[in-house]
Parts: sequence; C-alpha cells; structure tokens
Amino acid sequence: MSILEPFRYQYMQLALAGGLVVGAVAPLIGVFLVHKRLSLMGDGIGHLAFAGVALGIVLNVYPVWTALAVAAAGAVGTELLRSRARTSGDLALAIFFYGGLAAGVVLAGLRGALNAGILAYLFGSILTMQPRDLWAIGAIGLVIVAAVAVFGRAMFATLVDEESARVAGIPVEGLNLLLSALTAVTIVASMRVVGVLLVAALMVLPVATSRLLARSFRGTLLGASAVGVASVVVGLVASSAWGLASGGTIVLVAGLAFAVVAVVAGRRRRPRPRDGAIP
Amino acid sequence: MRAVTPASSSPLLLARGVGVSLGGQVVLRDVNLALGPGEFVALVGPNGAGKSTLLRVVIGLLHPDTGTVRLFGADPAEFGERWRLGYVPQQPTLQSDVPATVEEVVAAGRLPRGRWWGRPGPADREAVTHALEAVRLVELRRRRIEELSGGQRQRAFIAKALASSPELLILDEPVAGIDAESQRHFRETVTHLVREHGGAVLLVSHELGAVAADLDRVVVLRQTVLYDGTPSGLIERGVSLGVHREDLPLWLEGLR
Repeated sequence: MSILEPFRYQYMQLALAGGLVVGAVAPLIGVFLVHKRLSLMGDGIGHLAFAGVALGIVLNVYPVWTALAVAAAGAVGTELLRSRARTSGDLALAIFFYGGLAAGVVLAGLRGALNAGILAYLFGSILTMQPRDLWAIGAIGLVIVAAVAVFGRAMFATLVDEESARVAGIPVEGLNLLLSALTAVTIVASMRVVGVLLVAALMVLPVATSRLLARSFRGTLLGASAVGVASVVVGLVASSAWGLASGGTIVLVAGLAFAVVAVVAGRRRRPRPRDGAIP
Repeated sequence: MRAVTPASSSPLLLARGVGVSLGGQVVLRDVNLALGPGEFVALVGPNGAGKSTLLRVVIGLLHPDTGTVRLFGADPAEFGERWRLGYVPQQPTLQSDVPATVEEVVAAGRLPRGRWWGRPGPADREAVTHALEAVRLVELRRRRIEELSGGQRQRAFIAKALASSPELLILDEPVAGIDAESQRHFRETVTHLVREHGGAVLLVSHELGAVAADLDRVVVLRQTVLYDGTPSGLIERGVSLGVHREDLPLWLEGLR
C-alpha cells in the first residue's frame, strides 16, 4: 500500500489541509515570540484557550469561537499586565495562566465534559476535523498571513531595537498587543490539529530549526513556515502509517528535525582539526 | 520667529530650563540647549552627569519635570515627522540573537519615511544602499549582523539611523569601545553628513579625540550646562579635548 493511500479518504484530506495551514502560520507568529524571549507565551495562552473550550461546551457554543474569545482577551490582558503591572512579569503570567487552566477544569466538570471530547482539544485530533473546522482554520490563517505581511516589518524593527523603534514613531505597545492577540488566534487555529498543549511546540520548534539555517530574518520566517508544513505532512503520514497519535507525532517530527539540523549545523561550524596536529 | 541662538536660525532642537529628578535625585537642573541646522555639537560630561537623561528628554522618551523642549518646533512626544530625527542608542540592543542581515537592520531605519505598514519601494532600497555606502558596509550587506565586529555593528546602526535621511542625527556614545578603523569611518560619515547634506549632529561622548577638529560647539554638562561654546574656547581654558576624568593622560597629570 502506498503511503499516500490514506489521503484518498476525505477525513485525511481535511486533516492534511488543516495541518498545512497551521504548519505554515503557527511558526510565523513563533518567530516574533521566540526572539522576544516569549517562547512559553504560546503554552500559557494554550491554558486560557482550554478554559475557552470548556466554556463553549458548557454554553453549548462551537468551542473554537469561545476559545478564540477567551484566549484573545487573556492574551491582551497578560500583555497589559506584563507591560503595566508592578508585579514581576512571569509571576503575573503564571497567575493568569494557571487560573485559566483551573477555570477550564472546573467549567468542564460542570457539564461532566471532562472526557474524550475535551481531550481532542487538549491533545489534538486532526483526524476528526470537520469541514467547518477547516473553514475556521483557513480564515484565521489568512488573518495571520495578512497581519505579518502588513505589520511584520514594524514588528521586526521593534525586535532589532525597541528604543529606536519608539523614537521612530512606531507604536511599540500596539504591536505588542497585536502580537499577543495573533498568538491567541494562532493557538486556537492550531488547537484542533495538535491540541492546545502541543501547539506552543509547533510555534517554537520550527523557528528553532529555521534560525540555525537561515541568514536573514525573512529567510527565518519562510524557513520556519516550511519546516512547520513539512513536520505536519511527515507527522501525519507517520501517524497514519503506524497508528500513532497525530498531534504528538507532528510535534515529535518537528523536534526530530531540530535535533538533526542542530547536530549537522554544529558539525559544520566546528573547525576541523588541522592536518599535522599532534595525534 | 522664536528665540534663537546666535549660531543658528530656527533651531532643530531647543531646550529651555529643563529640569529632571529621578527617584528623588536631581539629574538635570535648568538646562538650556539649542542646535541649529548643519551644526555639529558634542555633549560631554563625566559619568552620571545626566547626558543620557537629557537625550531621552529631547527625543521624547522622557518628559521633563520643568522647562520646555522643542524638536523641529514641536513637542517631542507629539512630533509627527519622525524621519527627520535619526537616533543611535548607546550600544544598540540588537536582542542578541535575532537572525537578520545587515541590510535588513538598516532597512528597518527607513520605516518612518513612509507609512510604516507600507511596502518598501525603489526609493527606499536606494536610501538603504546609500546609508550602507556612507558607513562603508556595502560589501557586508548580506552578512548576518551577529557576524560583524563591534565597530562594524555600530556602523550598521548608524546606517540604520541614516536610512531615513534625517536632518538631525543624535548619537549616544558612538565611539565607546570600538576599533580605530571604525572610529575613522565614523568621523568620515559624520563630517560627510554635516558638510555635504547640511545635517545637524548631536554627539554624546566621553571622548572627542576622533572628531574634535570637526566640531562647531562643545557643551559640557554636569546637572546643568557648564560650558557652551567653540572647542577652541574650551582649549583656551586649558581643557584638552578627548581627555576626561577617567582618562589615563589626565590621571597621570594628577600624579605629578
């Protein structure tokens, strides 16, 4: 049987289409987060998205939309806390994020929804994706690509030197808020594919790989996107071939890609011992 | 017509009676400073004299407790035409490991010229190349910024500030700890900007050796302005430019 055989089925086509979108756009946001030293931001917002999913189940609303609302509000809230609160930033974030997780567990418990259905959101079940999931993911993916195309250069300028960016009249606070909101949007978009607990990995790992290979910022963006897409495709094929959990397999593939590239790049950079060196 | 200094018509930069206290400590007291078109002025003073604070005030990052500041005739915090000002912070903080080419960093300085959300056009690319030429980094434009030496990196950030073709360039300690070759390039760049393009330069420094001969004015600051005049006037007072409290020659002098 060809490895492409499973893609004859509609559920696999949906999975692949959704996975391609998420694999392409999650690392785009991740590039900015990683270089702002906010690599764990995605994980934290994932906790908030979980509360949103639980809220949707309780209210009987499509959970992707409630997750989007709660995660976006939480992301903007945490950015405001981070930039304005007097308490230390990571403590404020931790309070917010664990609060979100606890609220999610309690909300889900109300409806007795702490079961396999919610596990799909936590750990991802790309194979059960419905056409409306694909529409939501596609729309969110378009928003992210457009935002990066429009604001990417200014966000890059704040990465290079925040103080000069302020002096140059670039609205640094506004862009930070935008980045937080986009992070929330990306996480919700990726939720069905790899799950909230693993989505942060898909935002960060392809970036870690790409920055070892690319010379430019633009190259890092495109490379991260390419590594994300490749991880989804390879992970999906592998998970269907060997009956593995799809979300976890995708992230493992992304991690493996980083490990291989890190070893190869490290070897290439290390100077070779000179000929004639003392044995 | 507003009040002007004898050296200039309508000043690009004007500070009147500026006072700043930080954490209960007086950092600046009744500071007056004016900078006209085409002027090359150095702001000097010992460590902790308030030089960087004054810079933050004039570029609008810090609001003074007393006094007024005008940047191109406007309040610095509300001043709109940001491209007219080029700013190079002390040790530009390239967040250590952002993967970016020299060209990308310089192009980021071009943003205030257009709508910062717009796409760069041919004029923007030309300005970036011109800025790279001015600091002699054209050959290294596709290098990753982290592969450059400290002096080359400093020049890249000066090119970034030049990319918007500013009328006023403000530099905070640009030659601190950079190699002799980069210091020479720096001098050429700044004097070219002043002479050929009529730009004004405000340079904050500990050490003026590299540019002492090219300066129009020197402003000595310690909480307030102690001296504001020509370099020769300062030399007549027995002060050797490029030599300050911490510097070896003066320290040796004190041993005699």
